[in-house]
Amino acid sequence: MSRTFALIGNPNCGKTTLFNQITGSNQHVGNFPGVTVEKKEGTVKNHKDMTVVDLPGIYSLSPYSAEEVVTRDFLINEKPDCIINILDATNIERNLYLTLQLMELKVPMILALNLMDEVRASGNSIDVQKLQNELGIPAVPISASKNEGIAELIERTVQTAEDNIHPQRMDFCKGAVHKAIHSIAHIIEDRAEKNGISARFAATKLVEGDSLMIDSLSLSENERDILDHIVTEMEETLHTDREAALADMRYDYIDTVCKKTVFRHQETKEHQRSVKIDTVLTHKYLGLPIFLGIMMLIFWLSFGLIGSGLSDLLAYAIDGLTDLADRALTAYGMNEWVHALIIEGIFSGVGSVLSFLPLIVVMFFFLSILEDSGYMARVAFVMDRLLRKFGLSGRSFVPMLIGFGCSVPAIMATRTLASEKDRKMTVLLIPFMSCSAKIPIYALFTDVFFDEHKTLVMLSLYLIGIIMAILVGVLFKNTLFKGEPVPFVMELPSYRMPSLKSVMIHMWEKAWGFIVKAFTVILAATVILWVLQSLDFRLNIVTDSADSILATIGAFIAPVFAPVGFGNWQAVTALITGFTAKEAVVSSLAVLMGSEISALGPVLSQIFSPAAAFSFLVFTLLYTPCVAAITAVKRELGGMKAAVSVILFQTFVAWCTAFAVYNIGTLILHL
Amino acid sequence: MKENRTLDKLKVKESGIIISVGGEGALRRRLLDMGLTPGTKVMVRKVAPLGDPIEIFLRSFELTIRKEDAKKITICDSLDNYHNIINRKEENKCHEPSL
Repeated sequence: MSRTFALIGNPNCGKTTLFNQITGSNQHVGNFPGVTVEKKEGTVKNHKDMTVVDLPGIYSLSPYSAEEVVTRDFLINEKPDCIINILDATNIERNLYLTLQLMELKVPMILALNLMDEVRASGNSIDVQKLQNELGIPAVPISASKNEGIAELIERTVQTAEDNIHPQRMDFCKGAVHKAIHSIAHIIEDRAEKNGISARFAATKLVEGDSLMIDSLSLSENERDILDHIVTEMEETLHTDREAALADMRYDYIDTVCKKTVFRHQETKEHQRSVKIDTVLTHKYLGLPIFLGIMMLIFWLSFGLIGSGLSDLLAYAIDGLTDLADRALTAYGMNEWVHALIIEGIFSGVGSVLSFLPLIVVMFFFLSILEDSGYMARVAFVMDRLLRKFGLSGRSFVPMLIGFGCSVPAIMATRTLASEKDRKMTVLLIPFMSCSAKIPIYALFTDVFFDEHKTLVMLSLYLIGIIMAILVGVLFKNTLFKGEPVPFVMELPSYRMPSLKSVMIHMWEKAWGFIVKAFTVILAATVILWVLQSLDFRLNIVTDSADSILATIGAFIAPVFAPVGFGNWQAVTALITGFTAKEAVVSSLAVLMGSEISALGPVLSQIFSPAAAFSFLVFTLLYTPCVAAITAVKRELGGMKAAVSVILFQTFVAWCTAFAVYNIGTLILHL
Repeated sequence: MKENRTLDKLKVKESGIIISVGGEGALRRRLLDMGLTPGTKVMVRKVAPLGDPIEIFLRSFELTIRKEDAKKITICDSLDNYHNIINRKEENKCHEPSL
C-alpha cells in the first residue's frame, strides 16, 4: 500500500540531511502550487511505495508566512499517513513548540530526535522513554549526519502509520486557556469536521485569532461574537492578549515536560565551540574583512581557477565534437543550409548552455558549504544593516554579490532565503548587479572612447547599477511588496561540519535543474537567433550581414533608440544578439561593422559620439538579462509571466536611464 | 529597584528577564514563537559590526534581532523583580471595577 510521510521541523535542525538519508538520490524538486516555496519529494530507500515530502523549515504554524501557510494546507488537505517531526535535541525546548501545534492536527506522528550524539557527547541526556510517555508520541533518537537510527525511524514510522496511532495527548493547556479552547472546540466541532480539520487544532487557532482559520470555517456573525466573548474573558483573566497567552501556555508546558525529561549540565560542545568561532567571524573589526575575503576567494575559485579550468576543458571537448560533426557533415555532403544550422546554430547553442555549467557546479559547491556550516546566517547578521533600507534582510547579500559574477547562479542561490517575499525581491534586483559577461563590452568601449578615464567609467557603471537597484528596491518595497516587512528574527545555528553527501546532492540538484530547464529554452533561443542572423527573408544564407532578417528587424527598431544616442541598426542588432549571452554584443558589432574585433575602434567612433557610447554602456548594463538568467528567473519566480515582465521592465529601466545619461552627457560635452 | 528597560538598551554580556513583548502582526508572533515569552531570561551576546542588529542568547540558542524590534521588548533585571511586577499587575487588575 502506498504511503506518504511528511517531514517537518525547524530550520537548521538537520531536516535536509535526514531527507537525504531517507531518500538517497531519489528526489524530485518543485514548487508548491501558486507560491515559490520549494517542495521536495522522494521515495524511501528500499520502500518504493513510500513517499516522503520535505516541507519547508518553520518554527510555528502561524498564518503570517507563505511557508507556514503552505505547510498547514498540506497537512490539512493532503492528510499524510504520518508526520515525521524532526527536532534538534540540543535545542529541544524551542523545537517542541512546533510539535505541540502539530499534535493538535490529529494525524499519526513520530518524533525524530536529531543530534542525540551531540547531546550525549556533552554529558547531557534526554529520557526518550519518558518523553514519549509525556507527549504520547513515539520518539526515536537519531543522528542524521552519521546515519544512526534512521532504519529504526523508518520502521517505526511505517508502524505508526499502519496502526494509525494519533498523538495520545492533546491537553497540555490549563486554566483560562484550557477553558477557552474547550468551549470553542465544542462550538465549532461539527463545522471543523465537515472541513476535514481537527476541532482541537481549529479551536486553538481561533483562540489565537488566526484569520485563515476564521475564513476557512466560514463562521456566522453570531458564532464570531461568542468566540470573541470567550477570548476576551480569557484575556482578562490572564492580563495578556490571545497570541501571547497561547505562546506562553505552550512554553509553560514544554518547560514542565523538559524538567522531567531533559538533563542539561552544560551547553553542548558544538555550541561552546560556535561561540568561540564567532568571537572571530562576527568580530567587530574582523567580521567584515573576513567575509569579504571568503567571498573573494570563492569568486576567484569559481570564475577563475577551477571554473575557468573546467570551462576550458569543456570548450576543448565541444570544439572536438564540433569539428568531428563538421567533417562528418561535409563528407556526407549535407545541404549547406542545414550544415550551417547544425554547426553554427545548435553546436554553438549547446556550447553556450554548457559554458555556465562549470560555474554553477563550483559556485554551489562553495555556497552549500557556507549554508550547511552555518556561516550564511552570520553573513546575514553582519550585512543586514546595509540591505534593510530597501526592504531586504542580510540574507539577500550573498546572492546579490554573486550577481556581480553571474546572474544565473545568483538567482538560483535565492532558494535558501527564508521568506518568499525576500526571495522574489532579491531575484528582481540581482540583474542590476553588473555581471562579468558585460566586462568585454565595457572594455571595448572605454578603450575607444574614454581611454583617459577608463577606471572612472567602469566604476560609474557598477555604481549606476547599484544605485538603480536601490531605487527600484525602494519602489518595489512601496508598491509590489507593500505591507508588513518580513521580520528579521533569525536563529544563529551552531557551526557544523557540512556533509559531503549533502553538498554533492545540492550541487547536483542545481546543475541538473539548470541543464534540464535551460537546454530547451537556451538552445531554442540560440537557434532562432542564428536563423535570424544568418538568413534573409527568402531564407537564403546571407553574405552581407546587413541583409539578414535580424539586421532588418534591428533597422526597424533603431529609431526607438535615436533619443538615447544610438539609433543605428548595427548597435541595436548587436544588443539583440546579446540576449543569448552578453559577450556576443562585441563579436556581433565586429561582424555587423564588417571589421575585426581588434580594428573596431575607429569604426565605432563613426556611429557613436562619446555621450552615445556611454549611453550604450549604461543600456547594456541595465537591459534584459541574458536568456540563461531569464530561465533562472522563470524557475525561481515560477512562471513565464514573471520572466517576460522582467525582460520588459529591465529594458524599460535601461532605456530611461540611458536617455537621461545621454542627454545630460551631451549637455555637459557641449558646454 | 532599577527602571524597566527595553532589550535594545542592554549592554553586551548583560542579561534581563522579559516582561512583555510589544509590536504587532508577523513580527510579534515570530518573537513569541521563538520563545521570547514573559519570564524568559535573555542575554545580549554581541552587536553586529555595523552597529545593528544584535545577537541575543535565550533558551540555549542564539538569535539575531534588529534594535528597532528589540525596542518593543520590555525587560527587568532580575527574576525577583519580574515576579513583583507580575503580582502588582494582577493586584491592580483585581481592584479595577468590573463592568
